[in-house]
Amino acid sequence: MQMSMEAGATAPVKARTSKLHFWYGGLHALQGVDMDIRDRQVTALIGPSGCGKSTFLRCFNRMHDLTPLTRYEGSIHLYPDDIDLVSKEVDPIEVRMRIGMVFQKPNPFPKSIFENVAYGLRVRGMRSKALIEEEVERALRDAALWDEVKDRLQSSGLSLSGGQQQRLCIARALATSPEMLLFDEPTSALDPIATARIEELITTLRERVTVLIVTHNMQQAARVSDYTAFMFLGELIEFAATSKLFTNPDRKATEDYITGRYG
Amino acid sequence: MTTPASPAPLWKSIRRRRVRDRVIESLLLLAGLVAVFTTVAIVWILVAEALPFFDHVSFADFLTDTMWTPLFAEPRYGILPLVAGTLVTTFVALALAIPAGTIIAIYLSEFASHRLRELVKPVLEMLGAVPTVVYGYFALVMVTPFLQKLIPSLPGFNMLSAGLVIGIMIVPYVASVSEDAMRAVPNYMREGSYAMGATRLQTATRVVVPGALSGIAAAYILGISRAVGETMIVAVAAGLQPNLTWNPTESAATITAFIVQVSLGDLPHDSIGYQSIFAAGLVLLVVTLAFNVAGFMLTRRFREAY
Repeated sequence: MQMSMEAGATAPVKARTSKLHFWYGGLHALQGVDMDIRDRQVTALIGPSGCGKSTFLRCFNRMHDLTPLTRYEGSIHLYPDDIDLVSKEVDPIEVRMRIGMVFQKPNPFPKSIFENVAYGLRVRGMRSKALIEEEVERALRDAALWDEVKDRLQSSGLSLSGGQQQRLCIARALATSPEMLLFDEPTSALDPIATARIEELITTLRERVTVLIVTHNMQQAARVSDYTAFMFLGELIEFAATSKLFTNPDRKATEDYITGRYG
Repeated sequence: MTTPASPAPLWKSIRRRRVRDRVIESLLLLAGLVAVFTTVAIVWILVAEALPFFDHVSFADFLTDTMWTPLFAEPRYGILPLVAGTLVTTFVALALAIPAGTIIAIYLSEFASHRLRELVKPVLEMLGAVPTVVYGYFALVMVTPFLQKLIPSLPGFNMLSAGLVIGIMIVPYVASVSEDAMRAVPNYMREGSYAMGATRLQTATRVVVPGALSGIAAAYILGISRAVGETMIVAVAAGLQPNLTWNPTESAATITAFIVQVSLGDLPHDSIGYQSIFAAGLVLLVVTLAFNVAGFMLTRRFREAY
């Protein structure tokens, strides 16, 4: 079967959340979210501040485990091998080895450009210098950064511009060949030109990896994603192909949000 | 004279504020100068008082002679035995305090729960408030007898015991200052590391410690300065016999122990024996300075500033 980028054809399910609830202490932040994330497609999460979209994203790589007094309920099944990402029996480190993340603020380590990208490989115990060099170059090429940094791999990652730093963080995440990449408002700290480059990069990444992206910029969701989920007050209000959600939403709340009536 | 709409009060208030700012600025400058002046005065006195000593003793003898016996009938003035004593006790202390202090800091900063940290840190800092003479007797009557069970030939006064107890004394400084430096590493660095699948230990050793290195080095240098300058513990527990040896299980005197021994004695102030303590003090200053400079250069070489 031909896999198409058009939203009409359906790619296989990469991850499925079922009745996913999440608590920060007594705060019930996610209230039973059911959603299918399609393989090698870009899925965008939109909604007003505090709607739970970042909370939802951070369930996928168990980042919440680092905060005390948090609790998951329900499941996130990752396919094809069908493991439950939020199950207590699953080691969060193993989850994070398979699912990468790019943050709101570019956060390269205070190391060289090369060592930033090699970090995940070294953490996994890779020793071979030749292999690491090969993977670092591949990741930097995939992140559209190679040509800009190939002559100064030993200078600090912090010497790069904001947009380059964010692409370095994307390269860092790509180096370990993750199955899924999570983006948490990756362009909100960047200028319009750097933003455009990151968006372009995200649309090409879809050939290799399943992408889940949180954005509070609706135009961005419309530009980069195949599917869009609209969340409000910890619930999934509407989930559809991006073209449908933005032109012909089923729910009144979705229409109000995308036409700017609130949020 | 009465001019009702005069702007004079406003002008006056601006002038008054400007004068007050100047006065406060000068007071702050003065406070800063006190520290500079004190340092200069200390160096000045050390040099000035050591000069007469070098009229009697040649500089070469001072640096190369292997005996330090200024109070004997036939005095010899070689500083090497005292320098060796100082370096040996310092290295024993650092061999304990740097690993222990760093490990405690990593644990408290990266592994311990908030509640445990709030409980342990004040207790740890209390260790630093114990008077050093108490530590001296702790070394003499507890640590030495214990070590003698392991090393039967160990003399009652020895540098090993004194060095270990200096190490115990400086662990809180090293741990507390290092921990502050590690806590100052921003959380988004840790998140970036965890998101790559790193464990807590990998995050601590590969991201947090390199990021905090300049602060950790400051902690080490503070610890080294305390160890080099420590007086009571070595005076009580290491013995007061200058002894050119690198073996920590022997007894020996350090520079500081010699200085306190002579200053508390009844030597006339214009004797060479008395003047020798200023020469010794000068050497102490140089040793501390050398450690500081070395630490500063090592930090510049290895730190990863965020």
